[in-house]
Amino acid sequence: MAKLSVEEIEHIAKLSRLELTAEEKELYAGQLSEVLGYVSQLNEIDTENVDGTSNVTGLSNIYRDDAVEPSGISHDDIKINAPEFDGGNFVVPGVFE
Amino acid sequence: MNELYSLTIAEASKQLAEGKITSVELTKAIFERIKIVEPKVGAYITLCEEKALETAKESDRRRAKGEKLSQIDGIPIAVKDLFLTKGVKTTAGSKILEDFVPVYESTVTKKLWEAGAVLIGKANLDQFAMGSSTETSAYKTSKEFDSTTRNPWDLNRIPGGSSGGSAAAVAADECIASVGTDTGGSIRQPASHCSITGLKPTYGRVSRYGTMAMASSLDQAGPMTKTVLDAAILLNIISGHDKFDSTSSKQEVPDYSKLSGDIKNLKIGIPKEFFGEGLDPEVEKVIREGIEQFKRLGASIVDVYLPSVHYALAVYYILMPAEVSSNLARYDGIRYGHSAIKREKRKEKSESLLEVYMKSRAEGFGAEAKRRIMLGSYVLSAGYYDAYYKKAQKVRTIIKKEFEEIFKKVDILVTPVSPVPAFKFGEKSDDPLAMYLSDILTVPVNPAGLPAMSVPAGFVKKEGKDLPVGLQLIGPMWSEQAILNVGYAFQKSTDWHKKKPNINN
Repeated sequence: MAKLSVEEIEHIAKLSRLELTAEEKELYAGQLSEVLGYVSQLNEIDTENVDGTSNVTGLSNIYRDDAVEPSGISHDDIKINAPEFDGGNFVVPGVFE
Repeated sequence: MNELYSLTIAEASKQLAEGKITSVELTKAIFERIKIVEPKVGAYITLCEEKALETAKESDRRRAKGEKLSQIDGIPIAVKDLFLTKGVKTTAGSKILEDFVPVYESTVTKKLWEAGAVLIGKANLDQFAMGSSTETSAYKTSKEFDSTTRNPWDLNRIPGGSSGGSAAAVAADECIASVGTDTGGSIRQPASHCSITGLKPTYGRVSRYGTMAMASSLDQAGPMTKTVLDAAILLNIISGHDKFDSTSSKQEVPDYSKLSGDIKNLKIGIPKEFFGEGLDPEVEKVIREGIEQFKRLGASIVDVYLPSVHYALAVYYILMPAEVSSNLARYDGIRYGHSAIKREKRKEKSESLLEVYMKSRAEGFGAEAKRRIMLGSYVLSAGYYDAYYKKAQKVRTIIKKEFEEIFKKVDILVTPVSPVPAFKFGEKSDDPLAMYLSDILTVPVNPAGLPAMSVPAGFVKKEGKDLPVGLQLIGPMWSEQAILNVGYAFQKSTDWHKKKPNINN
């Protein structure tokens, strides 16, 4: 397949929530294009009447009662790893401008 | 060899039961061994000596009281650093989780500790299980080489991946056994390269709760051990339904360690597609000799065909990155992990939420993680979803059905694990596609959910070094007993699995 353009890489990077340098954009454009070229071989195979498999277990819709159970995880536990945690809440930049 | 560190689970368990050794002695012997070889091999990201000795003491206390103990009580185990271990730093081999300390335990490790096993440490791995050489780890654990984990059989070569640290630790006797995970071959391939036994169970056999997800429909944890019997013992412990993993199966867990080693009249299929171009002729020779051995043990050998199996790698490198892009979205610098928020000084203008995501992830993830996340985003994105993701799901069905048809004719398949033995550091790390192609023989198994095992089958000589070659056994879903029995028969009649590396430069 044709090499991915810088714009396409920028679009994918934004979807992936990844900030890339100019060099990285060049590098990944090439590498991703190669891989996509390889996987495109699936176009050779006829899948007209085939259903996709998303899981092999045959299981579906495993339910349990909608009852609250204690998690065993305290605010102190969360503080160990949280970048910013205050009064039981994660502190984050504003979601709305 | 009568060093304690070279014991298997079965041997150590017997000696512990007979009071010939204590768990503390065994654990100390392991840490003495680690002091000698770890600077070269670099199998571990984190070592837990103090905690290990405490656990060992408790095991000895239980034994002295005459309590009924499991077969792994007091046995030193290494755990791939992808399993959440409460209170013990878990990094997934990535800088994005450099200081992350889990606040809950994975089901797999919970079962190990409840059975009395001793945690030696967290083993190195390709970052987020993405790789076939352990080179993508952010942690250079081999102090002498200032690199990621080295292959104990040839320190200039990779141990395989992604469970390279787990494999190297077992091969170098830096633990009695270990657990790893396998999404496209990450237990079997390093087992092959390090001459140990590695089993990927049927999808759904082992709970994935607390095992950091790579590809949720493909991942499976499994034992990496010195012998097939040890693999069976560990499989007994870690298998079973888990209410916290709704993809785990309620299928009964038999006693996998009841192995007869009798394979008379077993029908073994040899799939032609696994012996094509690209397979090193010396590797093929080892596998063919293994097949002859099965013949001598009474099995019948049949040529079989899997015409679509060569598409499995393409299927895998669409579906796996797609699932990765979803699973790794959680590393966003908000609740845990490396965060751009942490760098902010309270009074300065803070970055927008989007910038926190984009910077935290860009700074924390390694190149391979970024590549796969982006591949996944692409194949799932509007305009490409049908052509790539949906198409791959359909081809997955075709491959799965072909395996099912074959298993109506034969009981087990025998194939090589890797087309070539362990390659040298840096040989493929600049060429992602070349690295991916090396997975071609292990990858077909995971999309089909099948169990498969690698056992040591011999060596090939490259540049004066003897490099291990593993033989792969593949069975239909839920055929772990059959696979383990074939492996057991093989190990009863061959000595490959008993060979130990000479860990010198």
